[in-house]
Amino acid sequence: MGMRRGGVGVGIVMQQAASAAVLGSQGAGGRARRARKSTRLGDQIFEAIVTGAGLLVLSLLGGIIVLLFIGGWPAFREFGFDFFASTEWDSVREKFGAVISVYGTLVTSIMAIVFAVPVAFGVAYFLTELAPEWLKRPIGIAIELLAAVPSIIYGMWGLFVLAPVIATYVQPPIQDLTMDIPILQDLFGGPAFGIGIFTAALILAIMILPFIAATMRDVFMQVPAIYKESAYGLGATKWEVVRNVVIPYTSSSVVGGIMLGLGRALGETMAVTFVIGNANAISPSVFATGNTIASVIALEFPEALQGSLKLSSLLALGFILFVISFIVLAASRFMLRPRLAK
Amino acid sequence: MADAVPTATVPRPMRQANSALGRRRKRIDRVVSVFAYVSTAIGLFFLAWLLVTLFGRGFAAFNLSVFTLSTAPPGSNGGLLNAMVGTLIQTALGTAIGAPIGLLVGTYLAEYARNTWLGNVVRFVSDILLSAPSILIGLFVYQLIVINTGGFSGWAGVAALAIIVIPVVVRTTEDMLRLIPDTLREAAIGLGSPKWVMIRFVCYRAAMQGIITGVLLAIARIAGETAPLLFTSLGNLNWSTNLNEAMPSLPITIYQYAASPYDDWIALAWVGALIITIAVLALNILARYVIRTEPSKK
Repeated sequence: MGMRRGGVGVGIVMQQAASAAVLGSQGAGGRARRARKSTRLGDQIFEAIVTGAGLLVLSLLGGIIVLLFIGGWPAFREFGFDFFASTEWDSVREKFGAVISVYGTLVTSIMAIVFAVPVAFGVAYFLTELAPEWLKRPIGIAIELLAAVPSIIYGMWGLFVLAPVIATYVQPPIQDLTMDIPILQDLFGGPAFGIGIFTAALILAIMILPFIAATMRDVFMQVPAIYKESAYGLGATKWEVVRNVVIPYTSSSVVGGIMLGLGRALGETMAVTFVIGNANAISPSVFATGNTIASVIALEFPEALQGSLKLSSLLALGFILFVISFIVLAASRFMLRPRLAK
Repeated sequence: MADAVPTATVPRPMRQANSALGRRRKRIDRVVSVFAYVSTAIGLFFLAWLLVTLFGRGFAAFNLSVFTLSTAPPGSNGGLLNAMVGTLIQTALGTAIGAPIGLLVGTYLAEYARNTWLGNVVRFVSDILLSAPSILIGLFVYQLIVINTGGFSGWAGVAALAIIVIPVVVRTTEDMLRLIPDTLREAAIGLGSPKWVMIRFVCYRAAMQGIITGVLLAIARIAGETAPLLFTSLGNLNWSTNLNEAMPSLPITIYQYAASPYDDWIALAWVGALIITIAVLALNILARYVIRTEPSKK
């Protein structure tokens, strides 16, 4: 603090010195004026370049929206509202609808959130309240590394390692338990492939866990110590402090972090493509195969000819995915904003 | 207080209730703590499981010819050389194009447009791009470049990766530039330096470690990207360093091999997966190490 105050003082002194120098140079004639002119020119050029770069980012987002819409337009025009209401995906008869893949996208992502949020909260609670100081950083990094692993690796691992485990050790016991219970037997029914909605959601949950946990940890740590200390002073336990002080104080950011995770899950492609099973069907069972927007695009694109209605339908799906992701990510950002603004 | 209310006058059941409540509160606290430990263990368990699988299966098929031979038909002892070279080329060019743009945008946000309307919009859009599905960036580049240039190409892949790099670098650059105290800027301006010279020689120098961190994280992000390359550089099972035609890359090769019915291809996919994961995780740890050394300087 003392350092910083000293810095301000020096800054003011320098400003005074500089303005004195400017006053002096004004009398000094042409050379200084030319130097100032070129200075101003350099500044103008640099400002134009960085502003242009900023505008380029805007045009990228605009370009994505416009090009996906243009690409999808033939499908929107051909099928009209039916595109949003049809469950068909028939390459031979060229009938395409978005319902099943939109449903699969939403169901896998929401299930992933349901799996990931409690665990993420536990991790954040551990990292902010329980872990000894020396352990916080290594464990925090290890959890964050889960987000760094490329999604194709999750896909391979999910297909070759996780799916057999689900097929042998997870699905059959659950089915045995729920065999005679009316609604649950449908919810968990079906053949034990190991791949399907549940496995995809589980992998998505692992992938988004670090985003949610890191956001929660960061905002939990921003709660002013004095609030927590006053609650501890009243005899509250750690959990009561988190429950009654930390969570209310950070709730909007926590929801923002969850939305961020949801936004990531919606568009995740490779991991889901490997384990979703790519079936164009809606089933009541969470273990059934299905598909998502991203997996349909990835899997069907190689078979879609340029200029075909199928390609246009895939681009239309991409447009829908973009709109959904945009809404979720924008909501996330507005909820995290107070934190970002500092 | 204690004198005014002798303990004997407190009704017995009440006291019991109080201590029972205290026990209950403590028990809940312990349950939550155990839950937190278990949650952390779950997260670490999955990371460990993933790494153990990768090392186990990757090393089982590992062999130096992976680095010296190109991909080959099943049963004929291929390697991954062309895929690795393709990934190196596309990642390097994608970073070389995307990182400077991201640096400029971050500079714009931190130095020129802090609280302006346009700056807020650019920051918002950049944050959306940071988390937008990468497969859509692939589709965008397909529509923009692949269709208009008449085919899949390495350059299209480079463009898609560069678009992914930009928002990563924007975020870290802006954050790091904002950490620089204004007194440093005032000192430079006070000495008569033009603003761009101040940014170039004062702000960039002070924020250098943070900016490098951002670039490293961006490299780590795009090195393993698969989805955006599906529609842009497509993949190529032959040796190709020509950026005007379809280009191989490690993630795409892993995707093709892992989904194939051939055991030797699947084994090679595990080797590729091990290589790319080690590279990406090492870059991430390196990036965090770079940023860690910063606060100690203050």
